[in-house]
Order: sequence, then structure tokens, then C-alpha cells
Amino acid sequence: MIRPELVCPAGTPSAMRTAVDAGADAVYCGFQNATNARNFPGLNFTVPELERAVAHAHAGGTKVLLALNTFPPAGKVDLWKEAADTGARLGVDAFIVADIGVADYIARTHPDIRLHLSVQAAASTPESIQYYCREFNVKRVVLPRILTVPEIKLMADEIPCEIETFIFGNHGLMVEGRCSLTNYITGLSTNMDGVCSPAAQVEYIKDDEGNLSTRLGEYTIDCFSCNESAGYPTICKGRYLTPAHDGPYYAFEEPISLNLSTLLPDLMKAGVTALKIEGRQRSKAYVKSVVSAYRKAVDSIMAGQDPQISDLLALTEGQKETQGAFKSKTWR
Amino acid sequence: MAPILFHWGAEDKLAFYDRIADAPVDDVYLGEVICSKRAPFFEKHYDEVAEALTKAGKQVVFATLAEVMLKRERHMIAGFCALEDFPLEINDSAALWHLKDKPYRVGPLMNVYNEDTMAYLAARGAVHFSLPPELPRDSVAILAAKAKELGASIEVQVFGRLSLALSARCYHARAHGRIKDNCQFVCEQDPDGMPLNTLDNQEFLSVNGIQTLSHSYLNLIGELQDLQDMGVTHFRLSPHTVDMVAVAEIFRAVLDGVTNAQDGRAQLDALDIPAPFVNGFWHGQAGHRMIGA
Repeated sequence: MIRPELVCPAGTPSAMRTAVDAGADAVYCGFQNATNARNFPGLNFTVPELERAVAHAHAGGTKVLLALNTFPPAGKVDLWKEAADTGARLGVDAFIVADIGVADYIARTHPDIRLHLSVQAAASTPESIQYYCREFNVKRVVLPRILTVPEIKLMADEIPCEIETFIFGNHGLMVEGRCSLTNYITGLSTNMDGVCSPAAQVEYIKDDEGNLSTRLGEYTIDCFSCNESAGYPTICKGRYLTPAHDGPYYAFEEPISLNLSTLLPDLMKAGVTALKIEGRQRSKAYVKSVVSAYRKAVDSIMAGQDPQISDLLALTEGQKETQGAFKSKTWR
Repeated sequence: MAPILFHWGAEDKLAFYDRIADAPVDDVYLGEVICSKRAPFFEKHYDEVAEALTKAGKQVVFATLAEVMLKRERHMIAGFCALEDFPLEINDSAALWHLKDKPYRVGPLMNVYNEDTMAYLAARGAVHFSLPPELPRDSVAILAAKAKELGASIEVQVFGRLSLALSARCYHARAHGRIKDNCQFVCEQDPDGMPLNTLDNQEFLSVNGIQTLSHSYLNLIGELQDLQDMGVTHFRLSPHTVDMVAVAEIFRAVLDGVTNAQDGRAQLDALDIPAPFVNGFWHGQAGHRMIGA
């Protein structure tokens, strides 16, 4: 079994230091603009911040992966190219990309820096992944969260690059890179602006009976009675009405987090060589707890012991966790 | 005429294409784009339909699956990519592996957002680009100019529900307490998609198996002149149960300058589609908005 790389979120310089200190093999991060898929207020790095962060990470033996994983709209491509050039100058270890134009630019301009194919590219078959490997010399693919572990194992045998999968964190229901629900409501695009359910258009409205409605733009996403804890209004985690279903229901998925801790040994045996923790938008405390727990788990599996995963349920969305598509086809 | 996104029965599809043969459209897309489980229901009719449409002077194009995961789906893609008689519209990057330098069309569910991606694909066989509907006008203008330079044609959806998301999970099955593998084709009950309303009963989305669409219908009849002026060559109508021959005639008349946009819009209003028209994406705004109506 290959020792997998633990790939950890770094939404801010302090979160990056925390992840490095907690044992991350690699951290991923982005600049403060639309070039990455977590373009949220208060997150991400200025150029000087990233310069210092790369030095600190490298001193600790941790790799830095720069996410340039959105789709530049026509006329704005230069912003992505400049971000790639800056990343190269600062010595990042890999670029995570989704757009074919961006991948081509980096493959030609910075051929010595590794290219990772982002989950946003939605490459879900050996053919698709082989295409990106052949055209752009992609070294690693981040798989969409739609395959089962046996399917990943079959995939590993057919592709010429490393596999990274998500193991913990937010569990988006739509295929990444193929969702414009946020843009439909808010005018900000997940693909082009790196925005999903922007906080500036979120509202919490309490009625006379104490029910709390959560709204995004002009649409109600959910409504919680007094004894429920209100979740953040993400469109694919909302409750809706349809004639075929009796009463309000989570049409796509309930607020829930992915947690594959018990599937870790299976994933590693299937040939997954990098394990990704989601959560660039989460706190330092969150990063510390999750990274430490998974560091211990991976190390004990490699040592031939049963992984002891501490309880992470308190850190999950809605205090609920799932193995999503990974466990079985019944999820679909 | 774009591919039928919904699960219509074979009889309904045959009747539809029988009428489309006489409609004023140039290109007709055939093929199942959303769910491979639906594909067998119509496969045996493709030859006959394609032949009839070709005889009627239409360019038939086969559109491929937007989400490819299973072995069966991978075989479907490989089979379509080997097709010699008709052009192909691809909607997932798996097809790129098979096509190499063979000419092909890029569908709207592929992410071509910028001139660099367009040029890369055009240098390797792409001859026609149908753009993602969320692209704003200014980006489409740049892409239309680039396409002209590259000798490619360019297509923009101008009518029908907007495809907003794809998933591996079937939300039709889920609404009926089932999963994708035992769905029993409940999606056939909703030929224009299953309505999804907010808890305060605002009409919002429309579910089509693994696809989520807008409840509203895109309508760019007021923008057609602008589209033509910037060099867009193809105008995509997405099929619904509304009289699509009438829809095609209205758009054709405005494109030909026989009817003005205002009258065309009034004629579309008169079709009484049970959903509002929108054009927000085109104007760089939220997709559910209607600007300048």
C-alpha cells in the first residue's frame, strides 16, 4: 500500500500554519479573487501572504497546491494566467485546474510544475482522465464525489495518474463544475466567480411563531421550527415541495457532511494516493481537529493497526454524516 | 432543435419528429443526453427518424450523454464516437479521448467559457460550439468573434428551460422514495420536468432525473438581433410539450426580419406556457430575471 498524502484546506494563512503543524502532507489554497472555487469574503491569500506561507509550509515538509480551479469567462483569462505565473514564481508544488484553456497555458508555460485536475473538471471516467493526462500531462485527478470505492478501484487500474478523493467535509450534491444554481438566484456564478450561496444574499427571517426561514436572494431555501437548528441556505440542501412527495422534503440532500473515516483502509487499498479534507471556509479549530484526527488514522493504517478515529460528528454540517456515493450505488 | 432532455415515450418522440420534419429549423439533435437507462426505449427508431429528417432537408446531429460513469455509458460514448454518417455533439469530456482529430460539435453541457479553451478544442477537431447558458453577453461576443476567426460556428440557446445542474443522484427517483437503479422510469410522468417549489410555494426549479433545470423558460427573442450582429450562427430551441413547431416559426420569422421582436414576444406569450420567461444570464444578472420586458 502506498502511503497516501493527506491534503488539507488552507483558507487563510493561519489555517495553513495550523494544518502544517497538525501534520498535513499538503495544503491547498487560492488567491483572493475569482481564480478559485472558494472565492468567499475573508478567505484566501494575498501574494505576500502566499509567499510567506509557502516558505513556512516547505520548512515543515508540506507541499502547497494552488487552486486555479474555476472557469475564466471570455475576456478575463489574463487574471488566471497571472495567478499561475505568480504561483510559479512563489514556488508552489502543483496547480489544481479545471479549465482546458488554463490547463493548456500552465502545461506550456510552467511545464515543470505538477498539474492536478480539479474536481471541478468532473472527470468521471478513465477516458476523460486519460484525455487530460495525454493533453496536459496531468499528474493527479481529484475524483468527483459520485463514484463507489469499487468503481474507484477499477478506475485506478486504467489511468496513468494519481487519484485524490475527498474524505471529509461539505458534501455538495451537484457534480462540481456543472452547477449554476447559485447564478440562477444571485447573478454570481460558481464556475466563473468561485461563489456558492454568497453570504451577502443570505437572509434569516423569523416569523411570529418563532419559525426561522432561510433565504438566498428572493427564494426561500428552508424553514426551521423552534426546536430545529437552522442550516446555511445552500440550494442543494434545502427543503422544497413537489406534488409527488407528501409535504416538504430535502429534494436533493439534507444538510450533512461527508465522513469516510471507516472507509479509509478500503480507499487506500483501492489505490487512492491522496486524501482530501474539504473546508477552506472553516475555522482554525476545525482544521486542527480534523487534520489531527486523520493524520493519526492514516499513520495507524500504515502501521498495520486499526485506525482510531476520534469523534468528528460535532464538526459536521447539521451534526449528520454520510458516506455519500462512496459506500454503495443505493445513494444514487 | 436541441435534443429532447426529458423522458418522453417513443410514440411521443416519433410524433414530435414527424412534425419537426416540416418545421423551419435547420439542425435537429437526436440522442439521449441525461440518462443512459432511458436510451434503449428509442434506439431502434433512430435510423428511421434520422432518415426522415434528412429527407426533409434537416442536418441531423447525434448528441451524447452529459454524465458518463458506468461501463454501459462508456460503451455508448465509444459507439457514438465511431459514428461516420452524422455529426456528433459531445456533452462530456470522455468523448474527447475517442475523437482525437475527428470533427465534432461541443454541447452546452461542456465547459467552454473562454477563447483559449475554444481555440484549443478547435485546433483538435471541434467545429461548432454550443455555449453554456450562464455565459453573459460580453463573453459570448468575444467567443463569437473568436469562433469566426477559427472557422467554427457558434450556437446559443434562445428558448426553453435552463439546465442548471447535474448530479449522480436521480432526484425523480428520490421524490418517489426510490433510487436510480429501481426508478421504474417515474420521470416519464413529467414531460417538461417535475416542479420543485419553495416552502412558501414560489415556483423555482424543475427536476429531470439527474438534471435540475429552471422552472422559468429562457426566451432570447428580444436579443436575437444582438446575437446575429455579434456573429452567433445557430439558435437553439430546447424541446418542451408546448407546440415547438409554432415556437420555431416565431423565432424563424424574427430571425428573417419578417416579424419584429416585439410581435414575436407577443406570439410566444400567446402560447400560454405555464412559466415565466427569463433572460437574466444573458444580461449578466441572476438567471431568473427578465430584463427589459
